[in-house]
Amino acid sequence: MANYSIQVNGKTHEVDVMDDMPLLWVLRDLIGLTGTKFGCGKALCGACTVHLNGNAIRSCSYPVSAVKDGKITTIEGLSEKGDHPLQKAWEKHIVPQCGYCQTGQIMNAASLLNRNPTPTEAEIEQAMEGNLCRCGTYNRIRAAILEVASK
Amino acid sequence: MRNSNPIQQQETEVKSEIFNASRRDFLKLGSILSGGLLLGVSFFSCDDKGNKTTSFAPNVYLRISSTGEITIIAHRSEMGQGIRTSLPLIIADELGADWTKVKIEQAEGDEKKYGDQNTDGSYSVRMFYKPMREAGATAKLLLMQAAAAEWKLPIEECDTENGQVVHKSSGKKIGFGELADAASKLPVPGADKLKLKESSQFTMIGKATPIVDLHEIVTGTAVFGIDAKIEGMKIAVIKRSPVVGGSIKSFNDQKSRAVPGVVNVIAIKGATLPATLKTPQNGVAVIADNTWAAIKGREALEVEWDLGPNASYDSAKQIAELTETIKGKGTTRRNRGDFDSARAGAKKIIEHTYIAPYLAHATLEAPTALAIVKDGKCEVWACTQNPQGARNVLADALGISADNIKVNVTLLGGGFGRKSKPDFIVEAALLAKEAGHPVKVIWTREDDIQHDYYHALSVQRIVATIDKQNNLSGWNHHIANPSISATDDNKVVQPSDGELMLGASDFPYNVPAIKLETHDATAHLRIGWLRSVRNIPQAFAISTMLDEIAEARGIDPIEQSLALLGEDRNISFAEELVNTTYPNYGEDIANYPWETSRMKAVIQRVAKEAGWGKDLPKGSALGFAAHKSFLTYVACIVEVTVDADNKLSIPSVHYAVDCGTAVNIDRIKSQFEGGAQFSASLALKSEITVKNGQVEQSNFDGYKIIRMSESPKEIHVHIMQSDAKPTGVGEPPVPPFTPALCNAIYKATGKRIYKLPLEVGNGK
Repeated sequence: MANYSIQVNGKTHEVDVMDDMPLLWVLRDLIGLTGTKFGCGKALCGACTVHLNGNAIRSCSYPVSAVKDGKITTIEGLSEKGDHPLQKAWEKHIVPQCGYCQTGQIMNAASLLNRNPTPTEAEIEQAMEGNLCRCGTYNRIRAAILEVASK
Repeated sequence: MRNSNPIQQQETEVKSEIFNASRRDFLKLGSILSGGLLLGVSFFSCDDKGNKTTSFAPNVYLRISSTGEITIIAHRSEMGQGIRTSLPLIIADELGADWTKVKIEQAEGDEKKYGDQNTDGSYSVRMFYKPMREAGATAKLLLMQAAAAEWKLPIEECDTENGQVVHKSSGKKIGFGELADAASKLPVPGADKLKLKESSQFTMIGKATPIVDLHEIVTGTAVFGIDAKIEGMKIAVIKRSPVVGGSIKSFNDQKSRAVPGVVNVIAIKGATLPATLKTPQNGVAVIADNTWAAIKGREALEVEWDLGPNASYDSAKQIAELTETIKGKGTTRRNRGDFDSARAGAKKIIEHTYIAPYLAHATLEAPTALAIVKDGKCEVWACTQNPQGARNVLADALGISADNIKVNVTLLGGGFGRKSKPDFIVEAALLAKEAGHPVKVIWTREDDIQHDYYHALSVQRIVATIDKQNNLSGWNHHIANPSISATDDNKVVQPSDGELMLGASDFPYNVPAIKLETHDATAHLRIGWLRSVRNIPQAFAISTMLDEIAEARGIDPIEQSLALLGEDRNISFAEELVNTTYPNYGEDIANYPWETSRMKAVIQRVAKEAGWGKDLPKGSALGFAAHKSFLTYVACIVEVTVDADNKLSIPSVHYAVDCGTAVNIDRIKSQFEGGAQFSASLALKSEITVKNGQVEQSNFDGYKIIRMSESPKEIHVHIMQSDAKPTGVGEPPVPPFTPALCNAIYKATGKRIYKLPLEVGNGK
């Protein structure tokens, strides 16, 4: 057990946890930010995607000890009013079915657009390859990202 | 009540009546009962003479408050199919409501209040379309009566729109809220007084309505099972018997208890054999302050198992054995004409064996439930498809009456049939009872992949005969698969009538000799139902064989299907079935016949839309399949491209669907888009195998599902215009996609597919 001070969505949180506890469980169980989802625990599905300094990471496999002074952004902190261009595009295309993977999809897509604001379709597919959707909303995810990318 | 197994439903006609719930003081509805107009709709079953056979059971509530807010109770579980949107919009349309003022409240599991809540078998809209319309029309009539009285004008001159009663000629308007109290004092009109809208008057039905949970989902505030929490809650992770039917010999929890945050270790007494569709497996739970501590505590747990009789089970061996078994004679379940004569007189005989693996549901949210048991009462929060079933099972498990159990339904992060089983909810309740505090049971992905109620493996053999006139003269279909029924009764070794109905006993084509035979196959895992169930392998075998037959006869497969469906007619299978019934998805076949005209129409439509017969570049091809399931007619054309490196891509998919009246066009399309992707996963990638009684896959690296780059690109869904009764759309997209894909691959590569998953271009 050790104390960590981590920055999430602009706030500092002090937590006393096991060194190897993945960031996911710190966010969900200790800080109470449940928009980030548990899918596989092995960085295979992307449901737990958050940003570390603007880049997507899989929080289920990212130990809290590695966060250090990095800035974490979760879906709750992506936009103030839930109106990030991707969130709006997701609503316009009615992307979600069950919705469980979608916060991870949006966070992953936001990270892509951070580093490449105008990705091609192939680049989108490559970047989104690690995010599974069991309901099969890939077509609408692709369309929503393309729409934001073209603006 | 319907059987919990959706493919073995009782045939019952469901009728409804509407009552003024604001006057029924015995109804305790908490937050929604506070003035205004509150209507309940009760559903009941009727016998042959139209008499009620079940007692009063209000099911759905509609409240209009004095401020004009409308609350509709959603009594079905939302798992991505859009039912929390699609049923309420039916009421809102008929009522003339302002949709922006409609709030949806999720019902708890309660048979007395809500009737059937088992969200399974693609029948929510089918069963509740008419009652929902009548509920909306009743409220509308009451509000119009109140307005007409206020205005002293004839009711015939009134209508509703956008949350108001309007008087057309004068332009007078009153909001629903102002009328709600007056309307609540009026007697509820009988169904004969209701005037339902003509389809041309619909404002929402037949159009695209966004899902009600959209904003919460994209902002991360939607509450799924895993997100439920209450004060004092601890997290449990369970080590379950690695083999179905195994039990605990002993365990050592010393190291587990030493993990910081672990508070308790408790054994769960589960099922041996039969495993049952409701009982947890034997296991040891590690309870901790947080999920990670529970996971680490479980890693440290030492359990010695008595693995039981399934410990030597090997799925590859069973497939090899069934491949031999199926060469012999089976139990005849359907017989038309004389197949042996057809075979004797054949010019050509085509015979193949089709193999399909076990499949896991792999809902992205694994099963999760939170329970508190206190003072002889239990309350749970769970991502369940079947809250009432869970409630009844909990009553047995806890030894308390169902009245003392409340099951709250969260959003489901995927269902596909997995979450109709209550085993994970029972785990949470047993642990909460023993521990004396609330417990949330979390399944890891490994738990989910290794302890599922699997879609069963299958071996099928089809023998087709072509006579000297080049006609398809005989069809002999052999099936062997462990039955779902065997999970509750391990003496069952043959497919049930309900399983055969899913594409096999209802083979609709006009072949002179048809013989369906089933063979013994023993279950060694917990077998359950997965989105479209046995339709998956049965459509795969039938529709790929039909393609091969068309090629052998030298005719186009679409022309062949249209010809084999024959003249417009309603097919009844009953007279050809042998010691087998035809459940017709729980509906009387007189009300929902098998209509060849509708199937031919979707086939013709998809052929036109997809440009069947057009020239494509080398390596590209179209494949076709059509399959009716859950009373919905679907035809599908898949385009594939296989490049020089044998890499497969799926540029386009066309579906034509006749699901009767289309309620929410957007959600119908999304179910078909997702259905194609779901089917692409099982066609291309997904496979569960078992060695030494234990599932060999454990996560998404071994149990693969399709990813974006390899998924079908353009999915076009063509919905037939229809005023017929609505039918299901959740499951019907899945069955025809896989054989259409296989048929396209054959045309592109010359390679026929007889075994799933395809193993083409997926790196194996």
